[in-house]
Amino acid sequence: MPTKDSVRPRRGGIDPLKATRGGLVVALAVAVALIPQMTQNQYYLGVAFQSEMLVCLALGLNIVVGYAGMLDLGFAAFFAIGAYTTGILSTKEHWSIVASIAPGVVIAVVCALIIGFPTLRLRSDYLAVVTLGFGEIIQTIAINLNQTGGPTGIYAIPALTLGSIVVDSNTGYFYVFFVLVVVFALFSTRLRHSRLGRAWLCIREDEDAAKAMGINTNHYKLYAYTFGAVLGSITGSLYAPALTAISPASFGFSESLLIVMAVSIGGLGSIWGVMFGALVVEIFPEVFRSFAQARLLVFGVLLVILMVVRPRGLFPERAFHGIGTRVRARLGRPAIALSRGSVAEVLVTVPAEKP
Amino acid sequence: MSLLLNEIGNGIFLGAFFGLVALGYSMVYGILRLINFAHGDFYMVAAFVSYTVLGAVLVGHSHGQWWTVIWVGLLVMVVTGGLAMLANQLVYRPMRRAAIFSLMIAAIGLSQVLENGVLVTPQWGATYLVYPVTTPPSGFSLGSNHYTWGQLIIVLISGCLALGVYFLVGRTMLGKAMRAVSEDRIAAVLMGINVDLVIAIVFFIGGALAGAAAVMTGVYYGQINYLMGFTVGLEAFTAAVLGGIGNIGGAVLGGLILGIVQSIGTGIFGAEWAIVVAFGALVLMLWFRPTGLLGERVARRM
Repeated sequence: MPTKDSVRPRRGGIDPLKATRGGLVVALAVAVALIPQMTQNQYYLGVAFQSEMLVCLALGLNIVVGYAGMLDLGFAAFFAIGAYTTGILSTKEHWSIVASIAPGVVIAVVCALIIGFPTLRLRSDYLAVVTLGFGEIIQTIAINLNQTGGPTGIYAIPALTLGSIVVDSNTGYFYVFFVLVVVFALFSTRLRHSRLGRAWLCIREDEDAAKAMGINTNHYKLYAYTFGAVLGSITGSLYAPALTAISPASFGFSESLLIVMAVSIGGLGSIWGVMFGALVVEIFPEVFRSFAQARLLVFGVLLVILMVVRPRGLFPERAFHGIGTRVRARLGRPAIALSRGSVAEVLVTVPAEKP
Repeated sequence: MSLLLNEIGNGIFLGAFFGLVALGYSMVYGILRLINFAHGDFYMVAAFVSYTVLGAVLVGHSHGQWWTVIWVGLLVMVVTGGLAMLANQLVYRPMRRAAIFSLMIAAIGLSQVLENGVLVTPQWGATYLVYPVTTPPSGFSLGSNHYTWGQLIIVLISGCLALGVYFLVGRTMLGKAMRAVSEDRIAAVLMGINVDLVIAIVFFIGGALAGAAAVMTGVYYGQINYLMGFTVGLEAFTAAVLGGIGNIGGAVLGGLILGIVQSIGTGIFGAEWAIVVAFGALVLMLWFRPTGLLGERVARRM
C-alpha cells in the first residue's frame, strides 16, 4: 500500500519543489542549532530550551487535537506523570534519568487508557471536560501525597547522563530538547502520512463519514490519545532534570491551557503552525513580562479574536492536499469542508479497514 | 447515622448552588452543543459586582438588611444575564458556522479574559475579599443537626428559580421555541422562529441564574475570589452531565446528587479531595450511563 496520500506524479529524479523545501528546513534547523554559539546569556538560553520543551508538548498534543480533532484540556497531566516518575525514581531509587523514561511512559499509557476508554465512545466534547478533570486530579494527587513531596514537590533531581556525558547546563538542555523536537517532528510527519494518520484526519473532518467508511473510530481515537500521552510523558521525564526541581504548580490547568493555545493559535494539524504557536505562547509573556498580569488578559482577548476571525488557527493544515485539488477540479467547489459534506474526499482518500 | 444525615443536609445545600449554575450550562449546551467554559466566570464576575454594589449600599450595616440583599441580587442577575448575552453576541454569534472545537477554544479565551480582567481591576484583584453581608447563625435543629435560616432560604430560592425555569421551558411559547431550536436549528428557522433571539435569551437566563447563585455563595460563605468560578464551573458541568445534559430537571437532580456525593466523599477523604470525588463520579457515570440519569437516548445526528 502506498504510504503517501499525495497524487503528485513521480517521474523519477528529484522533485525540485521538495528539494528546495527540504533544503530550507535543514538550513533553519542548523540556524536554530547555532543559537547557543551566538549568545552566552543564561536567561535567553533558559527561555530557548523552555520554548523547545513547549514545542515538544505541543507536538504531542497536536496528535490528539490537530490530527484526531479531540479537545484535550488536561495534557499537562501526562507531562506531570513523566516528570514525577523521573523525579521520584531518580531521587529516591537512584535510577538514571534515561532509564526512568520507560516507567513514566507505561504509567501515562495506562492512565490514557483508563481515561480514554469510557469517554472516547461519547461525544467528543465530553472528552474536554473529563480530561480537564483528569488534569485536576493528577495535580491534586501531586499536592496531597507524601511520595510526591506535597506542595513543595521534588528537588535536587540529578542531571541527565548520556554515557559519560553529564548534561548540566542550559546549553546542554538546549541541545537535548532540540534533538527531541526534531525527533517528535519527524515522528509526527511520518505518523501523519501513515494509515493511522489518514484515519485520524478522516475522523477529524467528519466522524460519521469515517465510521461509515469502516474506520473503527473509537480505536483510532484511543490510539491518538495514547500517542499524545507518550510524547507528553517523555517530555516530562526530561523536564525534571532540566529544571532540577518540580512542583505541582507547574502542572495545573494553566499549563494545559498554554499547550492547547500553542496548537490552536498556530493551526490545527500543521507541524510548522504548532511550532510557531508554541514559540508565540512561550515568548510573548517573556517579552511583556513588565506588564505582569495584564498580559494574560491581552492574551485571552487575542485568542478570542483569533478564534472568531480564523477558527482553525493562523496556518492550519489543509485537510487533504493533493487529492483535494483533484476533487475540487471535478466538483467545482472548495475541497476543504469544515465539518461535513466532504464525503467525496473521504471516499477517495481513505481505504476501508481490512475485514 | 446523624453524621450521614448531616452530610446529606449539607449536600442538598451545596447541590442548590451546583444546580443553579448547572442549569445555565445545560441550557446553553442543549441549544448550541457548546460547553461554555466561561459560564463559571460569569458566576465569578457576578460575585464581584454584587460585592461592590452591596459594599456601596450597605455602608455601616453588617447584616439584617435582607430586602437590600434581594434587590441587589435581582440587579446582579440582570447584569450577569446581560454579560452572558453580550458574550454571546460578540463571540459565539459570529462563530455560528465554525466548528464546535473552535467555539470551545474561544470560550476558554473568554474565561481567561474574565478572570484576568477581574484580577487587574483595582479594588478586586487576587486576594480573598470579605463579602459585606453574611447570614446570621440563628436557625433550627433537625434531629441533632443544626441548620441556619439562611441555608433554608437559599435552598428555597434556588428551588423557586429552578421551578421557574422548568415552567418557562416546558409550558410557555418561548420555551417551546427553545426546545425547537435545540432539536433542529434549521427547521426552527423555517418555522419562523427568531433563532438568534432565542439563543440570546437562553444565555441571559443562564447568566441570571449564575448571578443568583453567586450572590447566595457570597452571603453564605462570606468570601469571594477571582478563581472561584473555575471549580464551580467544573462541578456544575459535572452535575449537568450526571443529570443528563440538556435536561432541566436533570441539571437540578444532578446538582443535588453531586452535592451529596461530594459532601459524603469529603467527609470520608477530606476536603482537599473534593474535586477528585466530583470527577470520579463523572467518569463512573460516563462509563455506566453516558446519557446521565434523566437524559434520553438520542441517536447522534448524521
